[in-house]
Amino acid sequence: METAVKIQDVRKTFDGKDFVLKGLTLNIPKGSLTAIIGFSGTGKSVLLKHMLGLFQPTSGKVEVLGTDMANLSPDELTKFRCNFGVLFQSAALFDDMTVLENVSFPLIEHRRNLKPDEVKKIAEEKLKMVGLDPKHFHKLPSQISGGMQKRTGLARALALDPEILVYDEPTTGLDPILTEMVDNLILDTHKHKKGTTSIMVSHDLAAAFRIADYVAMLDAGQVLLFGKPEDFYNSEIELVKRFVSKGMKHS
Amino acid sequence: MILFMTSSLRLLFSPPNRWQEILKHMEFIGNKSVAIISLTSLFTGLALSLQIYLGFKIINAVNLVGPTVALGVTRELGPVLTGLIVAARAGGAMAARLGTMRVNEQIDALDVMGVNTRQYLIAPRIFAAIICMPLLTAVFDFVAMVGSYILVVFIVDLDKAIFLEKIRQTVEVKHIMEGLFKSAIFGLIFGLVCTYRGFYTTGGAKGVGEATNQGVVTSMVMVIVIDYIVTNLIRIFYLTMGIQ
Repeated sequence: METAVKIQDVRKTFDGKDFVLKGLTLNIPKGSLTAIIGFSGTGKSVLLKHMLGLFQPTSGKVEVLGTDMANLSPDELTKFRCNFGVLFQSAALFDDMTVLENVSFPLIEHRRNLKPDEVKKIAEEKLKMVGLDPKHFHKLPSQISGGMQKRTGLARALALDPEILVYDEPTTGLDPILTEMVDNLILDTHKHKKGTTSIMVSHDLAAAFRIADYVAMLDAGQVLLFGKPEDFYNSEIELVKRFVSKGMKHS
Repeated sequence: MILFMTSSLRLLFSPPNRWQEILKHMEFIGNKSVAIISLTSLFTGLALSLQIYLGFKIINAVNLVGPTVALGVTRELGPVLTGLIVAARAGGAMAARLGTMRVNEQIDALDVMGVNTRQYLIAPRIFAAIICMPLLTAVFDFVAMVGSYILVVFIVDLDKAIFLEKIRQTVEVKHIMEGLFKSAIFGLIFGLVCTYRGFYTTGGAKGVGEATNQGVVTSMVMVIVIDYIVTNLIRIFYLTMGIQ
C-alpha cells in the first residue's frame, strides 16, 4: 500500500520539558480517508501541523508524498504546501473577500497564467461542487450561515485540486443536522476526487467510523490504535473500548 | 524585529509582485488619514501661532511669528504629530487586523495555501507606511501654515506681506526635506512595530486587544525617542558636510 504521509518516531516539545508527541509513528495510505481521533490534548492538532509543515519535529521524521519536510527550505515549503487543501475548524475565510473571491484567491496566487474569466469559472465550479447556491457567491462570509461557510472553505481547499485534503475538526460546534451535512460533504468530496488522500481530525466518533477508511486513535502523544473502523469495535484495549462506548453514546 | 523587517521587505522585491496590495494599503494609510491630518494640523497651526505671537509680542518680535512657526512645523511638529496620529489610526488598525487574522486562523490558511504571509501581509503594509508618511507630513505642513496665516493675517491683523516674506527668507528646502525624511522613518517604525505585534498575536480576542495596545503605545513612544536621535544625527550630518 502506497503511503501519502509517513510519520516516523516524531517527538515534539515546545518548552524543552513536556513532550506533546512522544515518538509517534503513523503511515497514512494514499487515496484513503483517514480519521485521527482521540481525547482533547492528545496531540491531534500538533500532529496535523507537522504534516502541513507549520511545526518542525524536535526529533523524528515527517515525510509527505515521499518528501522529507525537514529538507525543504522555507520557500520550497511554501510551494510544497500547494499539495494540501485544508478546511479549518472555523473555515478561516478571508472576511474582506466575497465567497467567490475567497475561492478564487488560491487560483490567482498559484495559477497566474489563468485569465480572470477562467479563474471565475473554476471558482464557480468548485462552489457548485460543494452545493453552494450561486445567489450566495457575492456575499461576504459574515452574511452567510456556518454551514455555507464550511462549504466555501471546502471549495477553497479544493480550488487547486490538491493531493491531500485535510479537515481540522470540521464539525466541532455545529448542530447535528449541520454535522451530518458536513460529514456527507467530506464523504462525497472524497468519492468525487478519486486518488485524493483525505485526513480528518475529529471528536465525532460516529462520523469517523461511518465515513473513514482508516482510523488512528491518539493517546498521550502516541498512536494507540490504527486500523479500520471494525478493528476499533473489536479492540481489547481498555482505553479504546471506553472511548468507543462513551463516544458512540455521546454521538 | 529587525530580522522580521528585513526578511519581509526583501520579499517585496521577489515575485509575485504585490503592487496591488501596496496601493490598497496606501489608500488606507494615506488617503483615509488626510481628513484627520488636515483638521489636526489646521488647529495646530492656529494654536502654535497664537502662543508664539503672545510670547513674541513681549519682546516686540511679532514679525518672526511666521518663520518660527514654519521652522517648528516643518522640522518637528509636522513629522512628529503626523507620526503619532497615523500610528494611532493606521498602526492600531494594522495590528488589530493582523491579530484578528491570526486568531481566526486566516494566517494559517494563507500559510497552508502556499502563500508567503510576510510577503503578502507584512511587506506591503510597511512599504505603504514609508511612502505615505512623507506625503501626509507635507499635507500637515501646508495646512498648519494655512492655520498660521489665518491667525496672523485675519485674527491678530499683522501684515501678510511681512509674514510671507519672512518665511521665504528663513525656511529652506532642506528644512522641509529634514521633516519629510524623519516622517518616512516614523512610517517604518510604526509599520514594523504594529505589523510585528499583530502578526505574532496569541490568545484570542484578549490577545488582539493587547497586541493593538502594545503596537500603538510602543510606536508612539518610539516616534518621540527616535525623533530626538534622528534630529541629532541630522545636525551632525550638517556639521560634517559644512551645511549651515
